[in-house]
Amino acid sequence: MSALDPSVTRPRPKHLNLVKIKQPLPAIVSILHRASGAAMFLFGIPLLLVLTNASLASPETYASLKEILGSPLVKLILLGFGWAYLHHFCAGIRFLLLDLHWGVGLQAARQSSRAVLIVSLALTVILGVRLW
Amino acid sequence: MVKREVVGAHYGLIDWLYQRVTALVMVAYTLVLFGVLVANPGMDYSAWRAVFANVPFKLLTFVFLLAVFLHAWIGVRDIFMDYLKPVSLRLTAEILAALALVFYTGWAIHILWGIK
Repeated sequence: MSALDPSVTRPRPKHLNLVKIKQPLPAIVSILHRASGAAMFLFGIPLLLVLTNASLASPETYASLKEILGSPLVKLILLGFGWAYLHHFCAGIRFLLLDLHWGVGLQAARQSSRAVLIVSLALTVILGVRLW
Repeated sequence: MVKREVVGAHYGLIDWLYQRVTALVMVAYTLVLFGVLVANPGMDYSAWRAVFANVPFKLLTFVFLLAVFLHAWIGVRDIFMDYLKPVSLRLTAEILAALALVFYTGWAIHILWGIK
């Protein structure tokens, strides 16, 4: 009924330009959750299996893996996937809590989004320090 | 009698639940693996191999990987449903993703039970 009421109709954007509109923090966390998930499906899972295989197959493959992991470029790539996993992990826990109706208010949702970004980045930094 | 309708509701509920249960399995395994790494710093090959040669841990790792694959399946299927509108394209992508995950499952078994 209210949708037909001229007093509440106001001009609405006909096209949502993703570049022009300002993304709220929860939207950024959400799209990063999807992007990190897609990256882990495409590259992360096969990489995880290759690494697990090399680390367990024989002492020789273990030694050559250790040598390859010494390269800074490889460390940087691994750190990238480390961030993807940690962000997906933290954002996922946030979504689980939202499912339980925890922190669904606007202010709480913004704060938890910020916490997800900060905690996952902080854990990635710790991982980076351990890798180097 | 199973009565499924094309426009019926609630068929996604079980997938929604799988997505969450597999997430919790992955959280649990991540913490266990972290604990193993913290408790055994600087493992060499034989120590690392021994961790995965242990049958309960091997099975736990396998359950974790199955959770990863199922979680990934639901996740990529959601992405395909959102962005790939032509049915032929979406079906092709879904079949390729499903085949990849079945392949990964076989690979995971090969890796874990091939430990000598």
